[in-house]
Amino acid sequence: MRLSAENLVGERGGEPVFHDIGFALEAGRALLVTGPNGVGKSTLLRIVAGLLPAAAGTVRLAGGGEAWPDVAAASHYLGPHNAMKTTLTVGENLAFWRDFLGEPHLAVDEALEMVGLEMIAHLPFAYLSTGQRRRAAIARLLVSYRPVWLLDEPTSGLDAASAAQFAALMGAHLEDGGLIVAATHLPLGLDNATELVMGQGGKDG
Amino acid sequence: MSDAAAATGRLTGLANPTRFLALVDRVVPWLGGAALLTVAVGLFLGFAAPEDYQQGITVRIMYIHVPFAWLGMLCYTVMAVSALGTLVWRHPLADVALKAAAPIGAAFTLLALVTGSIWGKPMWGTWWVWDARLTSVFVLFLMYLGIIALTRAMDDPTRAGRAAAVVALVGFVNIPIIKFSVDWWNTLHQPASVIRFDGPTIHPSLLVPLLVSAAGFTLMFFTLHLMAMRTEIWRRRVIAMRRLAARAAEGGGR
Amino acid sequence: MLALYLRDVRVGVRAGGGALVGVVFFLAVVAVIPFGVGPDLNLLARIGPAVLWIGALLASLLGLERLFQLDREDGSLDLMVMAGERHLTALSVLVKCLAHWTASVLPLVAVTPLLGLFMNVAPAGLAAATATLLVGTPAIVFVGAVGAAVAVALPRGGLLVSVLILPLVIPILIFGVAAVRGAVADPDPFLPPFLILLALTLFFAVIGPLAAAVALRWSGD
Repeated sequence: MRLSAENLVGERGGEPVFHDIGFALEAGRALLVTGPNGVGKSTLLRIVAGLLPAAAGTVRLAGGGEAWPDVAAASHYLGPHNAMKTTLTVGENLAFWRDFLGEPHLAVDEALEMVGLEMIAHLPFAYLSTGQRRRAAIARLLVSYRPVWLLDEPTSGLDAASAAQFAALMGAHLEDGGLIVAATHLPLGLDNATELVMGQGGKDG
Repeated sequence: MSDAAAATGRLTGLANPTRFLALVDRVVPWLGGAALLTVAVGLFLGFAAPEDYQQGITVRIMYIHVPFAWLGMLCYTVMAVSALGTLVWRHPLADVALKAAAPIGAAFTLLALVTGSIWGKPMWGTWWVWDARLTSVFVLFLMYLGIIALTRAMDDPTRAGRAAAVVALVGFVNIPIIKFSVDWWNTLHQPASVIRFDGPTIHPSLLVPLLVSAAGFTLMFFTLHLMAMRTEIWRRRVIAMRRLAARAAEGGGR
Repeated sequence: MLALYLRDVRVGVRAGGGALVGVVFFLAVVAVIPFGVGPDLNLLARIGPAVLWIGALLASLLGLERLFQLDREDGSLDLMVMAGERHLTALSVLVKCLAHWTASVLPLVAVTPLLGLFMNVAPAGLAAATATLLVGTPAIVFVGAVGAAVAVALPRGGLLVSVLILPLVIPILIFGVAAVRGAVADPDPFLPPFLILLALTLFFAVIGPLAAAVALRWSGD
């Protein structure tokens, strides 16, 4: 499986934010998108996810076969928000995403155990702290299988121990032949990840 | 210790929810028993009382209808006092009292409306007329529903309590104005054609059962109110413990 | 899809009594009419069905702007759009509409007979009003979904949604009230307007979610 982007141009509110971004990612590899605020890291991720149209250029997923026809279908997107309902319990939230997203992978309990939240599956999401909420959102990546993980600041709000735990989860996903594209300010603890530094050559002005 | 100091001491003692819960646990069975007994006696007397020469057997619904209507108003008064307690004295149980009273008041008001229209159906030939008294009670019911919706809409009990207290007080101040304007509206449109009970002319044989029944339902109201307050305190404790559990999972998970 | 329906109903029921507010609003709207027109029971009986319909219409517009806004704020909407390959976005929208209808509008239909009593509507009229609302209000939600989807990115879209939708739901109001009148007054027929109302609902059940899905697709930023 191979995820590639060529000559991407991203716009926000009609203003171009970056030009000519391209990358190619093989199965089992990770891409770290770094750079200062405002260079369009989130915009790039949303374009890759298919949530925003690219002003120019293409994003392609090759070798996905029948199961993963395009990037959006093959991807988990962990955006700045956690996509959880505060009035439902952690377990209910995850069970919903497991049903809705299909391709069930880990059971809800197992996924929560992986992020250290197994004790509080019965609590409404509203009672969780910021870091716990983020970890619950990370557990969503585990309950349903997708080969590509698109992560926008995945470790924001996580303490060092949780970030290390998450690094281990990402490592396992890569070993399984998954792909990761992560926009981040913080080191994610991934070995042999390619780095795409935005805001140097790609952006004019 | 002077009496005033003792009274203050009791009040602050009651402010402690644990002491309050213990008191409620002790009082509720007795109060509830007394309420049931009094209501039973009142209703028995009501059925033993002679029928009204005009309205026949339908008059018996009065023995529950009138207490319901009276409690609908008493409950709003209790809420207004609780609102004062929240805003002025900052008594920690006042907002619990207000929140717990609202659904009970709404239930009694609704029962008053329902029994009233059942009573009225044979007289008026329809379930509902926009008579001044009924309309005022209906507006009261709407006010209850608004306050219930408000207390349920906010997560933070303190903030919800204060908002509800303000609304309840404004509503309480407004009640005479509403009553007056509804009366005015009604006489403007139709002269009073509906048969009315005039309090003083009611015969003692009807009045005694009515008073006993009213006393019974009042006791029942206070029983229900104390139980609802207890439930609300427990509910808040459950919320607090859930927050603790979320925090404890953080400490223990590592 | 069933999971989405159950989740949305659950959220709708648990989130701070939204259904209760809708019902109280309905009650209040219907209750202020007599204060305006006077307590004449014959007059009220005549305008009763229309008042019930207008009240239900306004009350069901009440929570519509939240149909997608909450999902957008917490990021769920992105995931639903991305899952378009697996679950057609229009279908997700349809399910969300049905869930919203179940949690917020069905209670309105349930209290309609009671409110009809206040307006002195005849028993046949009560039954007809309830039946027409049961059949007609989903159409309001489906049309409303388009407005909600268009206004999803606006912070204060609620009023705008109502303004956008009200002209579009006029046909639903016309045939709903016509059917109720048909059930009460003798010369007017009940069934033809009722069937047209049903047809409108089915029509909007297709058009509304499709248009809303397109609008949502391009609402991302």
